[in-house]
Amino acid sequence: MLDRIVGSRRAAEGNGHLAVEAGLITDATQLASTRPTPWQTVQTARNIARPHAHDIISRVFDRFQELHGDRAFRDDPAIIGGIAELGGRPVVVVGQQKGSSTEENIERNFGMPYPEGYRKAMRLYRLAQKFHVPLITLVDTPGAYPGPEAEERGQAEAIASSIQLMTRLAVPVVVVVLGEGGSGGALALGVGDVVLALENATYSVISPEGCAAILWRSASEAERAAVAMKLAGPDLLDTGVADALIREPAGGAHTDHDATAAAIKTALIAQLERLSRVPVADLLSLRYERFRSFGMFVEPSGGTAPAPPRPWWRRILRNPLPKDAL
Amino acid sequence: MRLRNPFGRKTKEFPSHLWTQCPSCGEMLFNKQLDRNHNVCQKCGHHFKLGALARIDLLADAKSFSETDADMVSSDPLGFVDSKPYPERIAAAQAKSGHKDAVLTGDAQISGIPVVLAVMDFEFMGGSMGSVVGEKLTRAAERAYSARKPLVIVSASGGARMQEGTIALMQLAKTVAAVARLDDAAIPFISVLTDPTTGGVLASFASLGDIILAEPGALIGFSGARVTSETIGEKLPKGFQRAEFLLEHGFVDQVVPRSQLKERIAFFLNAFRVAGQDLRWSL
Repeated sequence: MLDRIVGSRRAAEGNGHLAVEAGLITDATQLASTRPTPWQTVQTARNIARPHAHDIISRVFDRFQELHGDRAFRDDPAIIGGIAELGGRPVVVVGQQKGSSTEENIERNFGMPYPEGYRKAMRLYRLAQKFHVPLITLVDTPGAYPGPEAEERGQAEAIASSIQLMTRLAVPVVVVVLGEGGSGGALALGVGDVVLALENATYSVISPEGCAAILWRSASEAERAAVAMKLAGPDLLDTGVADALIREPAGGAHTDHDATAAAIKTALIAQLERLSRVPVADLLSLRYERFRSFGMFVEPSGGTAPAPPRPWWRRILRNPLPKDAL
Repeated sequence: MRLRNPFGRKTKEFPSHLWTQCPSCGEMLFNKQLDRNHNVCQKCGHHFKLGALARIDLLADAKSFSETDADMVSSDPLGFVDSKPYPERIAAAQAKSGHKDAVLTGDAQISGIPVVLAVMDFEFMGGSMGSVVGEKLTRAAERAYSARKPLVIVSASGGARMQEGTIALMQLAKTVAAVARLDDAAIPFISVLTDPTTGGVLASFASLGDIILAEPGALIGFSGARVTSETIGEKLPKGFQRAEFLLEHGFVDQVVPRSQLKERIAFFLNAFRVAGQDLRWSL
């Protein structure tokens, strides 16, 4: 039958061999015993020398042709995408692009997309669906751009629509978190059949600084927030947010772009090989279930019984006079 | 009506459990009257926040609301501790708001039309969406899907619940996937945005209604003021992120005063029902 998350803890018994062949880490115990602290991981994920989307695309894919613009407003340089070949077969690839220098970062808006960036991404998702080409997304953003122009052009709507499109896109979708997975701005590229993350990538609901500013009222508590939020690789495996981690070279991805890209390429080919054998209808229902299953809650009643109606005398006690009496 | 106070305006003449000052026009409002007016200032029409129960009272036909998943409570997936542990925060919010979490869901009728109704409450930890809110909304959407009833969600939320970390973020995808199914099945989904609707809630299901209505003056936007000023070093201009701003820029269908909200929702529900009855709703 279907091996939804080949490469995940939950499927490890039956299908672990595929993950092992692809060099993936599916269990936190497979990681080195001396792990970086969450705050060190945050720093590594943000390292300016870390391979960004373009570094990965040029090494992993052949004959990448970039496609520009959302056909409505402008081309957002913080998101790149296009058509390429992976192992001789066409794929659509979309990723958030950070800069590798200060100048490039300014041009790329530090990898913070505007709504038109997400609308470009959606255009490319639809293109993939139309021509039955698998989609690969590369997540690497501190978050969607929060400025006034982004609000004017509907940042929230763009993200919501992008998530919605991905939840029912009728082609295989593989997500790779390269560096920072910053909140909704990352999730707009992050809904897939398989979610992989580099070993030192992070994925969080808000930046550690933002969390610290709100809960501790001081951005300098970011280190504590990073620990509390459980945003680093092993935690992502535990919560199921990532199905597997891709091993980085010793010292981190920034020390060897080629080796990092090679590991990503092996993983992608293995996952696409597997997903391409799954009928699309099954793919979609499994994707629904994958995201449907997130949540930790308690239901004393077991969840089936509706609340008993309030007894009539309780209503009278609470509200002794009819509404219009006053 | 202007209040005349023969003894002069001293604050102690207006004890806060009896009187509320309108932040918009400064009028002192008698709380009972304010309640009766569904928390809208009689003088200037300023819309105060409305709790979930009062909202259900406003929208659902009398006695038609029956709550579902009422006892679902959050566990503490991360063991999160900031200045106090997350379970303590939940307990405090439960005591303060009288609800188990930040949303009430259930079956109801709006002007005689059966719907699935979900109402968020800002009183409970800023209406933030964690596992419980995500699960209850997803179940509401799934119930709407299987019973082929329209879904109405009234949002009031600061966004995803930080204390649940990435699990809270995943609720965006979860709820969006659930309302996407309604879209596929042509079951109406009406999203009502109230003060405030921001962050992860606006960036997920709340922006995906077939019809999106907003209350006058409601704060609606993607990023909170603090995040914006921290990231870009400037403040958003005044009037940004208000319901009327979104209307102007094309992201909500209408700004509807609270007094007309119910009949407006009923109008849309009716229109879709009539249009669909011959074509789609016959199973």
